[in-house]
Amino acid sequence: MSIEVRNVTKKFGDFIAVNDVSLHVPNGELVALLGPSGSGKTSLLRIIAGLEQAEAGQVLFEGEDATARHVRHRSVGFVFQHYALFRHMSVFENVAFGLRVRPRASRPDEKEIRRRVMDLLKLVQLDWLGNRLPSELSGGQRQRVALARALAVEPRVLLLDEPFGSLDAKVRQELRRWLRRLHDEIRLTSVFVTHDQEEALEVADRVVVMNHGRVEQVGTPQEVFDHPATPFVMGFLGNVNIFGGRVEGGRAILGPLHLDYPEHPHAESLPAAGYTRPHELEVDRAEGGGGGFWAALRYANTAGAVVKLELATGDDRLVHVETTREQYELLRPTTGERLYVRPRQVRIFVEPGKGLPPPSERVVPPK
Amino acid sequence: MATIVGVQNRLTAGPRNLTEPFAVRVVLTLVALAYLLVFLVVPLGAVFAEALQKGWAAYVNAVREPMALSALWLTLLTAAIAVPLNLVFGVAAAWAIAKFEFPGKNALITLIDLPFAVSPVISGMVFILLFGRQGYLGPWLQAHDLKVVFAVPGLVLATIFVTFPFVARELIPVMQAGGTEEEEAARVLGAGGWTTFYRVTLPSVKWGLLFGVILCNARALGEFGAVSVVSGHIRGKTNTLPLHVEILYNEYNFQAAFAVASLLTFVAILTLVAKSVVEWRSSRRTDVLSEPRA
Repeated sequence: MSIEVRNVTKKFGDFIAVNDVSLHVPNGELVALLGPSGSGKTSLLRIIAGLEQAEAGQVLFEGEDATARHVRHRSVGFVFQHYALFRHMSVFENVAFGLRVRPRASRPDEKEIRRRVMDLLKLVQLDWLGNRLPSELSGGQRQRVALARALAVEPRVLLLDEPFGSLDAKVRQELRRWLRRLHDEIRLTSVFVTHDQEEALEVADRVVVMNHGRVEQVGTPQEVFDHPATPFVMGFLGNVNIFGGRVEGGRAILGPLHLDYPEHPHAESLPAAGYTRPHELEVDRAEGGGGGFWAALRYANTAGAVVKLELATGDDRLVHVETTREQYELLRPTTGERLYVRPRQVRIFVEPGKGLPPPSERVVPPK
Repeated sequence: MATIVGVQNRLTAGPRNLTEPFAVRVVLTLVALAYLLVFLVVPLGAVFAEALQKGWAAYVNAVREPMALSALWLTLLTAAIAVPLNLVFGVAAAWAIAKFEFPGKNALITLIDLPFAVSPVISGMVFILLFGRQGYLGPWLQAHDLKVVFAVPGLVLATIFVTFPFVARELIPVMQAGGTEEEEAARVLGAGGWTTFYRVTLPSVKWGLLFGVILCNARALGEFGAVSVVSGHIRGKTNTLPLHVEILYNEYNFQAAFAVASLLTFVAILTLVAKSVVEWRSSRRTDVLSEPRA
C-alpha cells in the first residue's frame, strides 16, 4: 500500500516538530526517515500511524484519505523503539494479541491463531521461545518479537521507530541485514526512522533526510550520499571537512582552499562553503597543486581498515583525511611533519537566495 | 533466574570493607529489637493477655455478645461498600493521571491527598456540616425522610472519604513507571479502549492494585475518628468495632473491650501478612522485569 503525506504540520506548543512536509512512499518500498534527534522524523512516523494528530495536512493510504481514520483502523504495523512488548504476556500471547482482540466476527479460531503465530515466530526465528516472557529475552530477540507482533495483524504498512536504536553494534548490523532480507521476501511497504546514517544507507531503498521538521532531500542512498542537495545532508551523511569562505570573479577562496569557480564569474563576492569528505582529500610530501594547502600532521589513527589523519593548517584549522593503509605505509609521515593536502573533490555551496544557481558541485580533477 | 541470584548475593555477601564492625552491627540490631519490643510486641501481647484474663469462655462470650456481633457486621458492611468504591475510583483516577495529559491534573493529584492531610475528626465534622440536621443538605434530607448522619450511610461516606487515597496513591507511580507505549501498541494492534485497559493496563499493575486494596481495607476496618463523629454511637445500630471497643472500655468492661480489640488485631496481623506476600511477589516480578540482559 502506498503512503502519501501532504503538507503535514505538527506543533508541540511553540515547537514545530514537522513543518509542512510532503512525502510519497511507493508500494513495496523500504524507506528510511533519517535525521538528528528533534528533526521531526519520529513525529512524522507517528502521524502516519495515527498515534499523533497533525495540525494541518493529510495522510493518504493508497490514494485514500486516512487522516481522520483511528489508529485502530489504519491497518499499520508499528514497531516501537523500546519494543513496548506486553510484559505480563508470553512471547506467543504478545504475537497473538492483535488477532485475539479482533471483533468476534473476524476473529480467527484458536487453531488458526496458533498456526499463524507459530508461522510468524518461525519467520523471525523465535518459534522455540513462545512460552518465555519478554523479560527473559535478549534485546535482539525482543526486537524480533515486536516485529512478529506487528506483522500478525497483516498490516498493509509497516512502521518502525528507531528499530535498532537500543541494540549493541554487532546485533544491530545482523538485524538490519536480516530486516532487509525479510523486506525483500514479503515486500511490505515500510518506513523506518533512524538517526544512524550508515543504517539508512545500508538498508533503505530510499532515504528521506530530515532536519528541523523539514525534508532536506529524498533519494536513493547513492544519490543522497554522492549528490547531497544541501550542506546539512552533506554534513549529516558521514564525516566532512567544512571550509568557509567566498566566491568572486570565477574563483572560490575557502580558507586555505583556492579553486576555480566559473559558475560565478562576477566581481561581486558571495559567502560560500566548501565541503569535502576525509577520503576525498589526499596527502603527499610534494606540492601537488589542485588548490590544496600545507598542513602539519597532528595525529594518525592506524587502527582500522582506513588510516585516519588529523592535520592542522597554519591558522590552527583542523583537517581530517582518510587514506588507505597502503598509501600510509608508502608515505610513513611522522607527527608534526608538514604535508601537502590536495582535494580530489570539493562541493561548494554558495549562500542560497542570491539569485544564482547554487548549490553546485565542483570537482577538481586528479593530477 | 540469574537476576534473583544476583540480588541474593548482593544482600548476603558485601565486600568486607563496606560493612560496619561486628559490635556496631550487634548494638544497632539490639536497639532496633528493643524498640520494637517495647512499642509493638508488648502492647500487642497485652491486648491478647487482657482479652484472655478471665479465661477462654469469657473471651468467646464477649465476642459473641449481640452488640459485638452487630458491630462486627456493620464494620464488615462498611468496608464491603467503601473498598470496592475506592477501588473503582482509585483505578480511574490513577489511569487518568498516569496515562493522559489534561488541565487540572495537578489539582486532582493534590485533592486525592486531602484525606491524608486533614485530621479524621475534621473529615467527620464535614459530613455533619453537610448532612446534619442543621447542615446544608439537612432540611432537604429530612423532607425526603433520608438519614445520613447517625446512620449507616454516614459511616460509609466517612469511611470512603478517609480511605480514598490508598488505591490511587499506590497505583499512580506504578502506572507512570509503565509509561504509555504498551497501551499505544495495543491500540495499533486494533484493541479498543476497554480491551486495552482490561488486557494490558490492569494486568501490569495488579500487584500494586492488590497492595492498595489491602491497605485501604485495613484502614476502612479500623477507622475511628471520622466514624466516631458521624456515628452517634447508637448501640447495635451505628457502632463499628473500634467504636464498640471504646464504649466497652469506658464502661470499665476491660476484658470485653480487649476481647473485641483482639479481633481488630487479628485483622491487622492478617493485613500485614497479606501485604508482605504481595510485596514479595511484586518485588520478584519487578526483578525479573528489570532491564534487558543482553
